[in-house]
This record gives sequence, C-alpha cells and structure tokens, in this order.
Amino acid sequence: MNASAAKFKPGDRVKVRFEDRPGHLRTPWYVRGKTGWVERVYGKFLNPESLAFGRDGLPKKTLYLVAFNQCDLWGKANKADKLLVDIYEHWLDPAA
Amino acid sequence: MARGHHDVGGLPGAGPIDQSQHELSDWEILADAVNQALGAKGIKRTDEMRRAREEMDSAAYRDMTYYERWIASIEAILIEKKILTREEIDRKLAQFDSKWGEP
Amino acid sequence: MSTASDEHGHDHPKHELSHYAKRIYAIRDLLVEKGVISEKDIQCQVEYQEARSPANGAKLVARAWVEPAFKARFIADPKAACAEMGIDATAINEFVVLENTERVRHMVVCTLCSCYPRPILGRPPDWYKSFNYRQRSVVEPRGVMSEFGLELPDNVEVRVHDSTADIRYIVLPLRPAGTDGLSQADLAKLVTRDSMIGVMDPLPAVPE
Repeated sequence: MNASAAKFKPGDRVKVRFEDRPGHLRTPWYVRGKTGWVERVYGKFLNPESLAFGRDGLPKKTLYLVAFNQCDLWGKANKADKLLVDIYEHWLDPAA
Repeated sequence: MARGHHDVGGLPGAGPIDQSQHELSDWEILADAVNQALGAKGIKRTDEMRRAREEMDSAAYRDMTYYERWIASIEAILIEKKILTREEIDRKLAQFDSKWGEP
Repeated sequence: MSTASDEHGHDHPKHELSHYAKRIYAIRDLLVEKGVISEKDIQCQVEYQEARSPANGAKLVARAWVEPAFKARFIADPKAACAEMGIDATAINEFVVLENTERVRHMVVCTLCSCYPRPILGRPPDWYKSFNYRQRSVVEPRGVMSEFGLELPDNVEVRVHDSTADIRYIVLPLRPAGTDGLSQADLAKLVTRDSMIGVMDPLPAVPE
C-alpha cells in the first residue's frame, strides 16, 4: 500500500499548531501558533514523539522545512531575515 | 503544561556568548563514547535520551554541565529499561570510594 | 587526569570528581560486566569521534570552491560527495548543505538540544551548546554574528536554521575575495569550523 503523499508542497502557507501536551515534542515553543510557508519537503521520518518512549516511531511522518519571516515572529527584525525550522506534518495546518 | 526547560529558543535574559572551549575530561569522553556505544547497539534511542533530559528537574538541568546531563540521562534510561538499578550503581561507587579513599 | 588505573587497566575516578562524573565510571563498569557493551565497543566510539574534525568540512568546502562540478554534487547529494572524498557521513540520516552568497548568509543552531553534523565536523564547540547561543541565535542572529566579528549590511538576508529533527546542516561559506591563486590545501585553512556553522565568514586571504 502506498504511504500517503505529503500534505503540503513548497510555497504552501502553513500555520503551526499551538499544542501544549506532555511528551517529547520537537516543535519549538516560539513557532507554535505562527504562520510561515513550506520551503522543502524532506520526506518521511520515524516520529520522535513515539521513539522517545521506546516505541517504534511508526507511522512515519512527513518532515518539512518551514520558513518564517523574522519580523512575523519577533516584531522588530531585519525585513529580509528568515527563520527556518524542521517541522513534522502533524504540527501543520493550511493557512490562508 | 508549560514550555519545557530545554525549549529555550527566544527566551529573554541571555548574555554574551562565551567562546572559550574546555578540553574534554576523561569522564566526558567516556560519557560520549558510552552514549554512542549504547546507540550503536540499539539499546537506546537518541530521542529517549533527549526525553530523559527534558524530564529532569529544571534547576538541575540549568546547573549541570553538558556531559553531566548526558550521564544523568544515560542512567535514567538504563534504569527505566531495567538494564541497571540505581542501587547497583551506588554500590559500585561505594567500591570506588573505598578503593581510592574518601575525601 | 583525576583517574587511576586498576589491575585491568580501567580508569577509575578519584574522589574529587563530581557526582555524575564518578557515576559514568560505575555505569561503564557495570555495563561491561553484564556484557551490555564491551570495552572494545567503547574504544571504537572514542576512536570514531577522534577521527572527526572540522578539517573534513574544510576539505569539502575548499574543493567546492575550486571545482564547480563538485560543488554542484556537494549541494545535491552531500553524503555522496563526502564518500567521494573518503569522509564517512553514513551516520547522518539526512545531510543538507546551505550555500552562502553575497546576498544570503545562513546560521545553524539547535535550540532544543545540540544537534550538529558530528560525523563530519566532530563535536560541537561549547558555545554552540550554550544556553546563550540557543536562546539568542533565533531571535537576534545579527547580534550573535557581531560577537563573532561578522557585521552584515541590511541588504544581506540572514537565514537561521533551527535543527530540530534528523536533518544535519552545514554552511558552505562564501569564498573570500582575492583567493584565486590559492591551492585547495591553502583554501581549506581559511575555512573555520565557525564559518561552517555560519556565525562568521571564512578567514580572509592572507595578505602578501
């Protein structure tokens, strides 16, 4: 059976979920709830949230390089500067 | 819930970056090698170690040095997996103290 | 060193080591006694780590500077390019090269822990693992670069990568001006570890 295709493609605007739950979460606090765009689709990786508790990390999750404008994250910043974070698909929703 | 003590990106109050470099002690090199060896044998996963450090006492997390945190998480995971017990580690340490003398 | 050898040649801690420093010796002894890992396993890892250093990255960068075809291969498939040069990058799950240009500079951090391309560059420097770097690099990268001596004009874009997953990043720094005549070996000397993390540019060409 074919693994599900990536939900997002480069250029798609995405909003990071603001989740606040126990466990080993690899989405930094400072991007939760923020909107950026997909730069790259890295493919599927074992889920660290599961691996961290001795489980098998399945199903694999698609990992994206998500870019943010620094001024959207912090207010005052050089207008051209960007911040890029590797974020798993289950943390992302489509944004307008 | 709140942000984890390890999740420090953007936290205020940081100072200048200390660019000095310390030469690794024998025990730090050993901690590094034991960690890698456990991983190479599939005994533990990197994410288990990270999770153990995230579960540490927050004050201890900030106060401990980098490799001390690694050792604490190696111990926590080995105990969690019932490969070692805290008691036998303590007993082994007591043997060192009796061999090499109390402070 | 604060250790003493026993009859098996194992180093053991003297009492002045910290609580956790002593514990790793106890843990090591117990793991070996129980056959969980062997002394040879540990020694292999020590040697593996010792063989890794920024010199590997410098060689890759210097060759990329002089050979456009290699540079293209290095960017497209960094692990294969490493293998070409006898550098073992197999431990990296996915390896990405970030190319600096006149208009763009990259900087790499792991705010959550200390992810770093160890199989290529060796262990990260203490400062990379420090709270101050992890806290500040994402919010004020230009301030951090300034501390390392790099001042960038406003029209250069700074792209900070927070390495939160299995991707390992290395910066391909911009070749310094006035280095046309230099050999790859001499170019490699300009490629500092810190320029491959992205907090500074490579060293300038040594004046005549």
